[in-house]
Amino acid sequence: MIAFVIRRLLQSVLVMLTVAFISFALFRYVGDPVLIMLGQDFTQAQYDTLVSELGLDQPFYLQFAKFIVAALQGEFGISYRLARPVAQLIMERLPATLELSLVAAILALCIGVPMGVYTGLHRESWLSRFFLTISLIGVSLPTFLIGILLILIFAVQFGVLPSFGRGDVVKFGTWSSGFLTTSGLKALVLPAVTLSLFQLTLIMRLVRSEMLEVLRTDYIKFARARGLTNRAVHFGHALKNTLVPVITITGLQIGGIIAFAIVTETVFQWPGMGLLFIQSVNNADVPVMAAYLLLVGFFFVAINLVVDLLYYVVDPRLRVDRGAASGH
Amino acid sequence: MADTPILEVKNLRVEFPTRRGTLVAVDDISFSIAPGEVLGVVGESGAGKSMTGAAVIGLLEPPGRIAGGSISLAGRRIDNLPYEEMRKVRGREIGAIFQDPLTSLNPLYTIGRQLTETILTHLPVSQAEAQARAVDLLRQVGIPAADKRIEHYPHQFSGGMRQRVVIALALAANPKLIIADEPTTALDVSIQAQIIALIKKLCREHGAAVMLVTHDMGVIAETADRVAVMYAGRIAEIGPVRDVIKAAKHPYTDGLMASIPKVGRTDARLAQIDGAMPRLNAIPRGCAFNPRCGRAFDRCRVDRPEPLAAGASQVACWLYDTAKGDTP
Repeated sequence: MIAFVIRRLLQSVLVMLTVAFISFALFRYVGDPVLIMLGQDFTQAQYDTLVSELGLDQPFYLQFAKFIVAALQGEFGISYRLARPVAQLIMERLPATLELSLVAAILALCIGVPMGVYTGLHRESWLSRFFLTISLIGVSLPTFLIGILLILIFAVQFGVLPSFGRGDVVKFGTWSSGFLTTSGLKALVLPAVTLSLFQLTLIMRLVRSEMLEVLRTDYIKFARARGLTNRAVHFGHALKNTLVPVITITGLQIGGIIAFAIVTETVFQWPGMGLLFIQSVNNADVPVMAAYLLLVGFFFVAINLVVDLLYYVVDPRLRVDRGAASGH
Repeated sequence: MADTPILEVKNLRVEFPTRRGTLVAVDDISFSIAPGEVLGVVGESGAGKSMTGAAVIGLLEPPGRIAGGSISLAGRRIDNLPYEEMRKVRGREIGAIFQDPLTSLNPLYTIGRQLTETILTHLPVSQAEAQARAVDLLRQVGIPAADKRIEHYPHQFSGGMRQRVVIALALAANPKLIIADEPTTALDVSIQAQIIALIKKLCREHGAAVMLVTHDMGVIAETADRVAVMYAGRIAEIGPVRDVIKAAKHPYTDGLMASIPKVGRTDARLAQIDGAMPRLNAIPRGCAFNPRCGRAFDRCRVDRPEPLAAGASQVACWLYDTAKGDTP
């Protein structure tokens, strides 16, 4: 178990270094930061001073090492656009994105899994057919369109929910939460639904097809032949066997939710990282882009690590080190 | 063995409605099993033997259904029970052993959990008593260090050991009848004899009757008291195992016996039955075996033979219709 974790951690570090390198290359080679910082009027002497001040005349591996060290300390430089430390900017935006993603992911799981189980168990019922038809819409309509449609219905037509922003937030140190105010919760509804819809339908369809697959297996037939109750067969035996692929996809999707909240955040003017990223792209704000890239890379790696550990918990066949010794 | 048969099947008919018309998988068969008796059911693939087993235990795969006849367990009719009632019969009164021990057990749970779960479903015992019973069952099926192995997962056992676990599961609630569907087909030849001996011994100890479905005449000869030979959904011949094997009456049984290789005989070629069993949608008129039968006469092509008494056996063949005396 420990060897497994260490191996996975080392792999994660390697992935993070690669991401950092790409992020660094972006920082260093997309445009000339010195030119951007100096503006229109400058002398060659000013230029050279700044270059040596920023350490840009050093060999690239030294620069990369410095970049890594700085990144580890949470230093990502100064935003060109807002002239404030990038780390600070991101810390301001991170809670909004994480809260939105968390709610979207919980929605997708808590609705998607039961719907998947239901449609898997009752293939012929009209409700299953209805769910499946609806899910086609969820899979095929682009997120921004769903967002705009929701705004049109709930914000414009009925005026029950806000169409943009995050509502009032409560501050806990550097963390700002929208969970504790009515306006914050109201503002969360539409973006969270928009963001979760695609994942929800994906999870539902995945659980359904996995359920159908598992229900055909011999051990389910044997479980029935042993006279177990339907509940035990469906939830104790069948559902648990669908979990491994569901965990994989859900893990990837949660990474995706965080990374690609960009579109949803833009539609709802949600003050999160995605919006920050889009604004940075528009202004070629490289330090922010680089930091964003690193952060999203970090989330993906962290989630993958958790997913791997969950496999280990769910499936005893992966716990090889204990089984082999006492084999046959 | 004059008391009520443990299992009595009368005029059982199993149908599969398909888009291209209804297929009759089991066509009007009757047989009974006395308490403690071992009935072998042999036949080629698709003869309807597994289907008969599935019908008895109430687990026909939809759209398959019992279209006629009755199944009685110890005098009580069970083919028309509601699902929940039938579930209580399964495992408690009828145990099942399936073909492939590698896939009969849920890979995600310890065998101990699967055993106690079955015991607790059917018997009014405490968790601790169920645990003790589980260990005892594992010991009975010959699993060494049962109290330790109970904590293990199915993948930590070999195929033969897993089939022993499956047998323990089938016997968990002391059923009166065991349906063993090809219990040794997936096992190494060296293990087969052990497993057959084990089933026979345990069923005698537990006083359970066995319906042993197999295509292996050797297994039947060793184990069964009586044997039913199935062909194209019907019973061709049923009788004491010695009579059927040593003095087969039905031309099909005869051909079947002749096609078994015998050690020590030096015939250049094995006898074989020409042709193949008809598909379910193309069963010939009259006796289903008539196109392949060397002894068929006109009547065989027109009238379907019903089981006729011939010695201690019953044979569905016009050759044994002594009443009319129109044999060729």
